[in-house]
Amino acid sequence: MQVPDGTIRDHYRPFADWLARTPPDRIAQKREEAERAFQRVGITFAVYGEDTGTERLIPFDLIPRIIPRDEWAMLERGLKQRVTALNAFLEDIYHDQRILAEGRVPRERVLGNAQYRPEMRGMNVPGGIYAHISGVDLVRAGEGEFYVLEDNLRVPSGVSYMVENRKMMMRLFPELFATQSVRPVQHYPDLLLENLRAVAPDGGDRPTVAVLTPGPYNSAYFEHSFLAQQMGVELVEGADLFIRDDTVYMRTTRGPQRVHVIYRRVDDDFLDPRAFRADSMLGVPGLFSAYRAGRVTLANAIGTGVADDKSIYPYVPEMIRFYLDEEPVLNNVETFRCYLKEHRDYVLEHLDELVVKEVHGAGGYGMLIGPTSTAAEREAFRQRILAAPEKYIAQPTLALSTCPTFVESGVAPRHIDLRPYVLSGKTVNLVPGGLTRVALTEGSLVVNSSQGGGTKDTWVLD
Amino acid sequence: MLSRVANELYWTGRHFERAENTARILDVTYRNSLLPYQLGEPGLAWAAPWAVPLISTGLATAYYRKHPVLSAENVLRFMLFDASNPSSVFCSLRAARESARAVRGAITSEMYEEANASWLEMRGFDYDHVQRVGVQGFCDWIKMRSHLFRGVTFGTMLRGEAYHFLRLGTHLERADNTARILDTKYHILLPSAEDVGGAVDYYQWQSLLTSVSGFEAYRRIYSDVITPRRVAELLILRRDMPRSLHACLTMINDTLKLLCDEQNWELERMAGELHARLEFGRTEDIMRFGLHEYLVDFLERIYALASEITRRFFAPTA
Repeated sequence: MQVPDGTIRDHYRPFADWLARTPPDRIAQKREEAERAFQRVGITFAVYGEDTGTERLIPFDLIPRIIPRDEWAMLERGLKQRVTALNAFLEDIYHDQRILAEGRVPRERVLGNAQYRPEMRGMNVPGGIYAHISGVDLVRAGEGEFYVLEDNLRVPSGVSYMVENRKMMMRLFPELFATQSVRPVQHYPDLLLENLRAVAPDGGDRPTVAVLTPGPYNSAYFEHSFLAQQMGVELVEGADLFIRDDTVYMRTTRGPQRVHVIYRRVDDDFLDPRAFRADSMLGVPGLFSAYRAGRVTLANAIGTGVADDKSIYPYVPEMIRFYLDEEPVLNNVETFRCYLKEHRDYVLEHLDELVVKEVHGAGGYGMLIGPTSTAAEREAFRQRILAAPEKYIAQPTLALSTCPTFVESGVAPRHIDLRPYVLSGKTVNLVPGGLTRVALTEGSLVVNSSQGGGTKDTWVLD
Repeated sequence: MLSRVANELYWTGRHFERAENTARILDVTYRNSLLPYQLGEPGLAWAAPWAVPLISTGLATAYYRKHPVLSAENVLRFMLFDASNPSSVFCSLRAARESARAVRGAITSEMYEEANASWLEMRGFDYDHVQRVGVQGFCDWIKMRSHLFRGVTFGTMLRGEAYHFLRLGTHLERADNTARILDTKYHILLPSAEDVGGAVDYYQWQSLLTSVSGFEAYRRIYSDVITPRRVAELLILRRDMPRSLHACLTMINDTLKLLCDEQNWELERMAGELHARLEFGRTEDIMRFGLHEYLVDFLERIYALASEITRRFFAPTA
């Protein structure tokens, strides 16, 4: 919100003025109101490792993160470009493998990757789209340029908070929206449905879409039911579906009904006990066979994880050049790959400056943040890196941007990131905004809700 | 509609209704327990009105396994808060909320919020709270939560399959519960034969009617003394009495007509037959057959109907 010399950035000024004018007790009252409303609506997430069914609220911060119009235009261009290239990459590695043949991405990093699904080789998916929904994590750092931290191409979550946070802000502070033009995001479910319909298998004129959830105990269950309800489609569990003649049906009170497109919020491994993990109770036996036969579309496709893997991430700019013949709009963070000797040596020498991440890790678990780590933690990571270098990458610690946030002591800067949701179908599009996550602990760079992060409404100004 | 979703909706309706009716049974029991003469007649069943809710709900065995002694406090704890008693209000509201949560995409947001709020509040209550607000006050709160959920359902939900399955659950549970509440009178022995038709008898019938919101209706319709025959008529055969067996079966029958296709002929037939018995039944015949026997027979039929509904709509079809 502020530039280093302490002056307020232009696009935050109307909000800052409003905040200065508004009595603190009114804000406090609104915070309580927000908490009650979230609890009542049941916008909670389940916490793993605690008692089954423990539900918590993700802390919601009342101060929005504001993005000016030009900045968003650049982000939008960059995100579309990146996701287009990633989809082209997925199509390529499951077909001709041109990018590997030309040595632009090392063959063994892709084919030897646990997330690469040989079962998908040579299979055509509608429109050549693999990642229908992508959640790209961005941070603003240094002089204000944006960096991509991670491309989430499997089952990115959080979009329901984007919509609900906006609803909450409009309810609490309608006057803010009356005086500033904030671009709307609430049409996301309509856009999603349109995209899902667009990738239905050929031959259905009114394709049936369903959202597949692992069930009410999944941490993102609220979101699954929210999206199904907002799109007006069925929310199904594995046991609600069955396969006959390579066709997917739902069990309904009026007999079997065909399903054409499944927006699945179940990981690859659990989708079909016959094709993947045999012990999965969440999937549908025979689903993969129906998928291969082209009788049903899965969104996202199976095997997208290889493209958002941290060991592949360093090659995304190269993909953009290779497939689109363009220069990347968004920056990648410089990434040291520990499987390369010279990178590894550098990392081991600079553990106290770098952020070390597990290649397959997610959710902020299993990482070392050098500047705030203890000597013992660094030593533990040194041993782990030496034991399995291919499992780790390291990145410089970025000077992440902050946003004023309500904390115990008043309003203080806290680090934030941004996850816009990019939809790919007939076209690539996204609503103006995304989910802003905030690290509520002072100095912390970890924004994950499982690690005590909160969320904010994200305003893109018109 | 998905079979699983239909099943959850049906049970959302049943559990909310069950919570309400448990409150109604406890309310009538409490009122009965306040009548004066029980102290003078120890040893008689009448001295133990708190056994009635256990017997009528079929939970006596489960209760005595936990509590060797019959007392108001133990019964209230068991019926209101006991997490090991699946029919306690605590479990009913939790189950209703869990079912609603499992199908929140199929109901309106307001409905889910109502179910969720009921559970969140219930979770915060304990026996001390009941003592503070009084048994009747607490039972009123439970009834009010059920009224709110029914009201928001009525006021916000699309009249489609989801609505019909929810209402089907509500009315099946209500038919079952009204029959059980009416049958409680059978389990209450009068202190002596002379008391039949006397003051004790009167107050027992009156509190029973009150518990199903039927006392005022009785006054309005009959403007006369309370007789078992008329109470039976009101709660079994009157079509215009919303908690009567006839009213419930009219709803069930109409709802099933909307939900059934030609493959479900047996289900329609069962509901139609049960409805016809109430539509064309005569009070004298019921009394001659025996009220208790009639109600036991009815409970068996409603159970069979519920089983057939489960088999037809909710059992997975491959």
